[in-house]
Order: sequence, then C-alpha cells, then structure tokens
Amino acid sequence: MTTVSTTRQELDYAGSERLTMNMGPQHPSAHGVFRAILQLEGETVVGVDAVIGYLHRCHEKLAETLTYAQYPSIASKTDYVAAMTSEFAYVMAAETIGKIEVPKRAQYLRVITSELQRVASHLLWLGTWCLDMGGALGGGATIFLYCIREREDILDLFESLVGARLLYGFYQVGGVRYDIPDGWATKCRETVDLIDQRINEYQRMLEENPFFLVRTQGVGVISRELAEDVGISGPLLRGSGVAYDLRRATPYSSYEDFEFNIPVETAGDCFARYRVRMVEFRESLRIVRQALDKLPEGPISSRPGLKSVAQTRIPKGETYARIEGARGEVGCYLIADGSAKPYRMKWRGASFSNLAVLPHVIPGHKVADVVAIMGSVDPVFGEVDR
Amino acid sequence: MSSGTVTADQARTLIGERFSGSTVEGTTALTVTVTPDAWLPFATFAKETLGCRFFSFLSANDWKDEGLEVVAKVDNTDTNLAILVKSRLGAGVTTCASLVPVYRGANWMERECYDMFGIRFEGHPDLRRILLQDDWVGHPLLKSYSVDTPYPPYR
Repeated sequence: MTTVSTTRQELDYAGSERLTMNMGPQHPSAHGVFRAILQLEGETVVGVDAVIGYLHRCHEKLAETLTYAQYPSIASKTDYVAAMTSEFAYVMAAETIGKIEVPKRAQYLRVITSELQRVASHLLWLGTWCLDMGGALGGGATIFLYCIREREDILDLFESLVGARLLYGFYQVGGVRYDIPDGWATKCRETVDLIDQRINEYQRMLEENPFFLVRTQGVGVISRELAEDVGISGPLLRGSGVAYDLRRATPYSSYEDFEFNIPVETAGDCFARYRVRMVEFRESLRIVRQALDKLPEGPISSRPGLKSVAQTRIPKGETYARIEGARGEVGCYLIADGSAKPYRMKWRGASFSNLAVLPHVIPGHKVADVVAIMGSVDPVFGEVDR
Repeated sequence: MSSGTVTADQARTLIGERFSGSTVEGTTALTVTVTPDAWLPFATFAKETLGCRFFSFLSANDWKDEGLEVVAKVDNTDTNLAILVKSRLGAGVTTCASLVPVYRGANWMERECYDMFGIRFEGHPDLRRILLQDDWVGHPLLKSYSVDTPYPPYR
C-alpha cells in the first residue's frame, strides 16, 4: 500500500513572487487575435508584453503587386470593421499624386458613407465593449444586442448601395462606384433619426449604472503627453484632451462644408473615451443629414469606365494622405513611379499606434481592468497587423 | 515664440538655420530631408523647438542600389504643422539611430521597420521582430525579396 504524502509545500504569498499569465491569442476580449503576456503580482499587472502579427497578410508588399484600380478593394480588408474609411485613405493618396479631381457629388457620397461607417463601427465597439465588461452590466448582452440591431440597419443601407455588407469596394480613384438608388436617401434619414433616439437610451442605461461608472472612471488613464508621444489618435487622443480631428485640421472631401463639433474630454480614462464616442455618434449623424440635404447633382466619378491597365497609371510622385477613420488617423504613404502600380505603400493603421499605448497604461491595473482598457482602445487586428 | 505656435514658414527658417545639410519642400505639410547623422538631432529639434509632439509613423523605403531611406512623420496638433522627415542611409548601410529616446511611439514602429527592412536601430531598447515570427528568414519589404521567393516555412 502506498502512503500519501501529507507534506504540503508552503507557497509564499507575501507578494514577492510573480506569476506569468498568458492572455490570448484566442481571447474573447481581444476582438481578434492578440496575445498579452502579463506579469502579475497578486492580481495586479506589473508588466505587459504585447504580441501581435497573427493576422499579418503583407498588405504593403501586396500593394506593390496590384494596380491602383485593384488595391482599394483590398484596402478595405485592413480595418474590416470600418472598411469604407480604409479604402478612402488609399484612393485619396492616388488622387493627390495623380492630381485627379473628384466630383462634388462623389465627395458628398464619400462623406455620407464615411460617417455612416463611423456610426456602425462605434456601435460595434460599444456593444462588444459592454459585453466584455459583462457581469457588471447585468449580463452586458443587452447593450450588445441593441447595438448590433442598429448596426444592421446601417449595413442594410450599405447593402442596397453597394451590394456588400462588410467589405465594399465603393471608393475608386476619381470618385465612387455607385450612385444612391431611388428611395435610399429617405431610408437613410429614417435610420439616422432612429439611431439618434436610441443613442440617448443607451447613454441613460449606461451612465445611470454605477457598476459601469466604477469599471470605467479613473481606469486606464492616458495623459496628454503620453498620448501624443505614442501617436494614438481618434477618440483616444480626444479623450486625453487634444482637440485634433483631421476632418477639421486638414479638411478633405468637402468636410469644410459641414457643421459639426469635435468632442474633447480631459480625463483620459475609459469613461472619457466612451463620452467622446457617444458625442461622435450624434455629430456623425448630423453630418449625414447635412450631406443628404445639400447633396449636389452631377457625375459620381471623374474617371468612369477604366478599360485597360494603361488608364490606371498615375505620374511619379510621393504623398502621405490621411483621413479621420473611426479609430483615428488612417494614413497611406504612397510612392508612385509612373507605372500602374505603386513603388511603395506604407499603411498607417490607427489601431497599431493605439494598441502600442497598452504597455504604458496597463501596469498597475487589475487583470479585470485589462479587458476594460483594451475594449476602450477599440483595436481592429486587421489594421494592427495589416 | 513658444513651441506651440510655430507656423510652417517659421519652421522652414528654423530648420534651415539649424540643419545646414537639409532640404525643405512643401508649403503647409513640410517634407524635410536630413543627413543620417542628423536623424536623431532633428527628431529632438522637431519635438522641442517645433512643438511636433505627435508621432504619426516611422517606416523605410528601399531604393535598390541607392540603399535604404528612413521616413518619419510628426505633427504639431496645435498649429497643424506636419513634418515628414526623410534620410537616406546610403548604399549597403542597415543601421540607423533609434528615435525611441525622443518618441515612445517609435518603439513598435522601429520594430516593424526592422522586421520588414532589416534596419538595426541603435539605441532601441527591445529590437525584435513584431509582425513576423522570430525564426522568419529575410526582410519582406526589401525589393530583393520577391513575393514568390521560397523562404521557409512556405517553401
């Protein structure tokens, strides 16, 4: 008969030992494939090693092998949650180098789709973020399902416009691919009004919930100095007190024609980022309404019917085109050598820089806060890894 | 004149005075070309004197026989002054000074640049591959690395 050893090994829990905890690459709160190797002391995180690259598809190398007409539909696969805005950056770079004019109607259609896309993207962020914080919000699935319901309405609008629900290929060098069908503007107005009402409802649901406030206020504070130094952009930067929005700083695609406010919060915590996005919802809807009201008649593209590769050529040149995407500055640094394909394309994904702030912010927080902070950053890994 | 209020014209003059070997192009968004030894001093100057505290991105271009070129973009978020700074490292040179001591955002950007172009950033605290796995062979964005080159593990 074997005897069972009763000697127990005593572990020293005086907080002197560290535990390495692996989070991901398949973790529901990452919204993609992201691995964080956390160093823990008790339940407090003291170090983070962020591992990215699981979704790397060589976008920059691929762009060197595809023509200016082919790549825009691939560009939408960088930030697939806001596909419209990622195509936008690429076509804008090509248009700048080629000095290609975009008709006013196409510019307005670009504004309408970009702003609807921002709302759809923010809805997905709000839903999934609240789902991440789960239990504290009474399950969290309520907000998630509500948000997905509204996002569906916008995807329906895109479907009737483009024929696709996730990746569009709507933007072309010189304009847009399709004009709005009959009755689309009316449907769009109805959707915009509906979402506008429901945003108020969500805001009440969340801000009157003390658990939500405890999970977000004072959590994951990013100082203004750190924000600029790391280069985070979009709602994160504005949540840290910097009133910097490319739609205002370097207006493109007729953004100067519309009235809108740029929300700024100074706290820099998860709650500030939430507040910025909640205002952005309304400002985006406001821009959509104005653009529908003022939508000019005319052609939707200055280069209709490209029939050969020779027609897609743009002259030698170099530019950095950037737009304000849902997650921040989406940039495309393009070098053209006079052929039909770029010599070099560098993609500045907003999520890449936004995620790079995590190792500076997470240490000192509890493990549960990591999920809340990561959700408030709203990374899309297609754009991080490219 | 505080660093928060530098305009593009003032910036052009300041850069010309401070960096003699540099060229400045553009009207609102400036493109500055500096010598490789001025890479790090220029970044410090851009941040402290020109108030470009926002670090947008860092990358490189491969000009084949003429060698590699590093590119970085910084912004002044108060005056909307945008500076794209470039520096040719020279044929066969694969080392460059790291900007991490000036901009923390350069950390991941330089790791990506090392991953894709094989540029060794001297002074980087943690220079290792970021997007590709550690045992990857070659640096894919070099022009000598063709799309269908059989490198492991896809051989």
